[in-house]
Amino acid sequence: MTVALEAGPRARTARNGANPPMGGDNVLEARALHVYYGAFRAIENVTLPIARNRITAFIGPSGCGKSTMLRAFNRMNDLVPTARVEGDIVYRGQSIYAPGVDPVEVRRHIGMVFQKPNPFPKSIYDNVAWGARINGFRGTRRELDDLVEAALVQAALWDEVHDKLDQSGLSLSGGQQQRLCIARAIAVKPDVILMDEPCSALDPIATLRIEDLMQQLKERYTILIVTHNMQQAARASDYTAFFNMGDRRQGYLVEFGPTPELFTNPKDPRTEDYITGRFG
Amino acid sequence: MTVTTTRLRGVEAAPEADTVPLGRRRRWREDAVEAVLFAAGFVSILTTGAIVVVLGKDALHFFRNPDVSLVDFLTGTVWQPQLGKFGLLPLLNATLMVSGIAMVVALPIGLSIAVYLSEYATPAVRNRLKPTLEILAGVPTVIYGYFALTFVTPILRWALGARTVDIYNVLSAGLVVGILVIPLVASMSEDALQAVPRALREAAYGLGATRLETSLQVVVPSALSGIAAAFMLAMSRAIGETMVVAIAAGAGPRLTANPLRSAETMTGYISRISGGDLSYNSVDYDSIFAIGLALFVITLGLNILSGRIVRRFREVYE
Ligand SMILES: Nc1ncnc2c1ncn2[C@@H]1O[C@H](COP(=O)(O)OP(=O)(O)OP(=O)(O)O)[C@@H](O)[C@H]1O
Ligand SMILES: [Mg+2]
Repeated sequence: MTVALEAGPRARTARNGANPPMGGDNVLEARALHVYYGAFRAIENVTLPIARNRITAFIGPSGCGKSTMLRAFNRMNDLVPTARVEGDIVYRGQSIYAPGVDPVEVRRHIGMVFQKPNPFPKSIYDNVAWGARINGFRGTRRELDDLVEAALVQAALWDEVHDKLDQSGLSLSGGQQQRLCIARAIAVKPDVILMDEPCSALDPIATLRIEDLMQQLKERYTILIVTHNMQQAARASDYTAFFNMGDRRQGYLVEFGPTPELFTNPKDPRTEDYITGRFG
Repeated sequence: MTVTTTRLRGVEAAPEADTVPLGRRRRWREDAVEAVLFAAGFVSILTTGAIVVVLGKDALHFFRNPDVSLVDFLTGTVWQPQLGKFGLLPLLNATLMVSGIAMVVALPIGLSIAVYLSEYATPAVRNRLKPTLEILAGVPTVIYGYFALTFVTPILRWALGARTVDIYNVLSAGLVVGILVIPLVASMSEDALQAVPRALREAAYGLGATRLETSLQVVVPSALSGIAAAFMLAMSRAIGETMVVAIAAGAGPRLTANPLRSAETMTGYISRISGGDLSYNSVDYDSIFAIGLALFVITLGLNILSGRIVRRFREVYE
């Protein structure tokens, strides 16, 4: 199936219906991707397929470009004035960096959850409903209520907040805020969800909840997650990509494969050093 | 005891014999700096206090006059000192009309400039526009006054007819006072918008929001307390503005709802009387202190209100 990414009037694709039917095996693919900040090459020549309805983890030392790589997948780097991309990322057969493509449209299909929970200073309800509203939700109030409830249920937050939907999102705990941010991302009915260290501000219990949640979410969404936590990558992901930093601080992909394989039988000695903690 | 020792193993306990000096030490430099800073803060409190005392003393002198009553002052609809009529409403009405018109001009334009500068402009454009705005804020208000009288008023009279628009009129003064406070509104609102965490913008863009949706529906609401504070301060500034109204709004108290007529404001009246050759002991002269006190109370009230609004709407970010 093809998805409209071209710039055009808003609310043209009725995205508030069902998820797109399953296409090929890879939803996304980076092809010979380079990302620059000014003259500095932060990502060098990465080719990486992202499997549909699977969790792909990005691991690697700090500063190697995991966030940069992740943000390339929904053109979030466009917000950095100096950032520039060479190579391509293909989403369901379409280049997301092609000239006619609207980054706003890309981000409606490929949503994002950030490292630090960043709910809007709005009510819990409006935090979830806002994304749907701006994306052309045209249903009744009841339908919007249902959408908000469904997103909060999927994000495993409903039980904790159903009786205080009108309170500020900022009144929740850190772990709850992060689940609210996940609910907010889900409510737009994206296809892919990018998560940049979503658990790094959370305690171990809240972290496990998010990991459980990811397992449920992957039935409907494709998930990319950046993590510093090796156990998390090993526990929660289906595929793992290990990035490293070269001598000019450029990030490159060392090894990519199914998670169990990469962790038990790494092909590259640098991967082995990193996952066994002998790195650096 | 054994338990404690085990727990502390590896931690070097200080030998009990040498005590470490932990007593308070005098730090002269710190004390001196603190005193200077305190003095600086105290001067502003002192000034405010002195203003209240001076205004209050002379205003009291005014109200002591047998021809004057506080009730008439607050509710009277005619201000004619020659006839012993001291009703504040005509002056207050003109002041509120001018500042009301000013805010209708300044809020949308100032806020639009702020949103443009903060959310749309590239750093290069911003670095040029902001200083320009600051120059505008530095133009002496007397120049704005003549701008109103010799530029805006003729346009109004041309557009609406010389019969309907007085040479001196409230609308022209109000529009120009609005222009005058635009830089204040824009600059303070821009600071408030800039203070909104980047993470909130990223959250909005990450949901597929456009720049306009992000700016107007996420960033502006998040900066509401700062914007409200800017608005209140601009309102105080407009109420207190003297030169423009003295030049362009007219010299003669008049209670009218028509902004195309001339009407003297509180500040306009004060400046006319204090600039004239009235004797220092006349009731007229004393009356300006009562008006001054009223202005002081109004602006103080606005400031308190703005403080409340800021506290009420402030969003707590980590
Ligand atoms: N906005 C930016 N402008 C310029 N350089 C940047 C910018 N963002 C990141 N970089 C640089 O790009 C490189 C990769 O950064 P990135 O944040 O992607 O690393 P990371 O792997 O996510 O690190 P961490 O694990 O610490 O989050 C770093 O050298 C960083 O300094
Ligand atoms: Mg990162």
